[in-house]
Amino acid sequence: MNNRTFYNEVLTEHNLHPAHKHELEDANMTCEGLNPSCGDDIWVHLDVDDNGIIQKGAFEGDGCAISQASADMMFDLIIGKTKAEALRLADLFLKMIKEGHLSDEEMEELEEAASLQDIAHMPARVKCAVLGWHTLKEMLTGEADQANPQPVSTEDK
Amino acid sequence: MGQSTIDVKAVRKEFPVLNQSDLAYLDNSATVQKPQRVLDAVTHYYQTENANPFRGLYDLSVAATDAYENARQKVADFIHAPKKQDIIFTRNASESLNLVAYSMGRYLKIGKGDEILVSIAEHHSNMLPWRMLAEQTGATVRYLNCHKDGSLTVDDLKAAMTPNTRIVAVAEISNVLGRAWPIADFAKVCHEQGAVIVVDGAQSVPHTKIDVTAMDCDFFAFSGHKMYAPMGIGVLYGKSEWLNKMPPFMTGGETIDIVTTDRIVWAEVPHRFEAGTVNVGGAVGLAEAIDFMEDLGLDQIEARELELTTYAMERLKAIPHVHIIGADEPENHHGILAFSIDGVHPHDITTILSENKIAVRAGHHCAEPLHHYLGVPSTTRASLSFYNTREEIDRLADAVGQIRKEMGYDE
Ligand SMILES: Cc1ncc(COP(=O)(O)O)c(C=O)c1O
Repeated sequence: MNNRTFYNEVLTEHNLHPAHKHELEDANMTCEGLNPSCGDDIWVHLDVDDNGIIQKGAFEGDGCAISQASADMMFDLIIGKTKAEALRLADLFLKMIKEGHLSDEEMEELEEAASLQDIAHMPARVKCAVLGWHTLKEMLTGEADQANPQPVSTEDK
Repeated sequence: MGQSTIDVKAVRKEFPVLNQSDLAYLDNSATVQKPQRVLDAVTHYYQTENANPFRGLYDLSVAATDAYENARQKVADFIHAPKKQDIIFTRNASESLNLVAYSMGRYLKIGKGDEILVSIAEHHSNMLPWRMLAEQTGATVRYLNCHKDGSLTVDDLKAAMTPNTRIVAVAEISNVLGRAWPIADFAKVCHEQGAVIVVDGAQSVPHTKIDVTAMDCDFFAFSGHKMYAPMGIGVLYGKSEWLNKMPPFMTGGETIDIVTTDRIVWAEVPHRFEAGTVNVGGAVGLAEAIDFMEDLGLDQIEARELELTTYAMERLKAIPHVHIIGADEPENHHGILAFSIDGVHPHDITTILSENKIAVRAGHHCAEPLHHYLGVPSTTRASLSFYNTREEIDRLADAVGQIRKEMGYDE
């Protein structure tokens, strides 16, 4: 009667039992992301060492299952990577959601996050899926000024 | 109220959208589907009577003018307004409410020290125009809180009013709570205290009988598209004692009697408030929608919607972790059922329902302050029309009953 492909186990597991949803005392980068259309609100925290490697990362906040699971998958992927690599992965993810597809190799790089590909066809949910990634990207490209932090919004740009 | 005798199978056949797929359309508070006869009436107008009304001195323009003015009379009769000049056509309820805030605000010379009392449950359309007015004039907007069960009493109103309250803005039925408030009693209190009452009827007109004269409200606003008419036509009723004195909202063609380079004489009401070429097709569609509703019978519509609401509440209440916002009694919902499910975000609920071909709405339904006040970030809303069926409600309840499992909860 229906197609229940969307809320699969990977997604619900990340939503109900997120590994990376907690405070991060050692964070040296923090940024708030807002999705005004749903009221979702997320805080992305990173602990980046002198070599630019993301040693730890976590998020806090409230939101729908898609925003929460997507953020949790993102941290699985970026912890242990350099800022530059994390940024490249964020760009890949955003491209997947925007364009609806990636090459097989690119999909593989996104690991579980690639399972969110179908959101590209659900315009009302795109902002939920990209919230964490968008916030990460703004933070890493320096637009989210760490000295004077302002929330980034999915409505920007 | 007796049992409804509406032949639902037959009536559904009149709605093309309801027949094109097996979508369970349960977003009727946002907008309702249109019966073929309304669509036909609009087409017929454009095929046979279309011209710019009021302006042409030829038969076709006279026909267009008549079509428009007959629609105005029909609306006046429908809501029991004293005369057709008390009916102003707008685009929708939002425009009607903006018109009152702007023109009545100016006429009353609302300013510093004045208070506008707005219910916490208002749709943004009956809240933001007042906040704009306050911002521009230095007046203060104060909020009238309802109870958790959605009720709001005359005593609540009395307690919230002050000697400085000049305008009270309330919905007759909130689009989240679904409860009807005692507007006639409110109007009496307002008038005793020298305030005017502006009523948002967007959600009451589709579901209940309206008598603005008995209600004695000063203004009453609603949208055609929520009552089986096309989008783009709305109504503002106002007491003529106010309308005749208020300055226009928008100006332009048809709003004036005389314009010279140094003088303007505004046109009579209602034309003063209908700037530019009007929406005759929309007005004709609205008149046909009124005929449609009256042919079904407003009592019948109410009875049928109560039956459906009662059944839907019974089914939803039986599901663990589901909470309906507002009253316990179906009579106090008018087909509007906003609900939450523990642990599941409304956007996820709505997406899952959509996968089951059930159309409902998620979010704060343009009533964000109400959600803050109730302490819920957002809700999912199923809203019914007489044309919905028990089978559709079963589909909704069955799907809602599965959602927590689908989201990975054990029960
Ligand atoms: C109670 C209420 N007021 C006002 C409105 C605004 O109606 P419209 O969007 O047609 O102007 C709505 C509909 O969304 C409503 O439910």
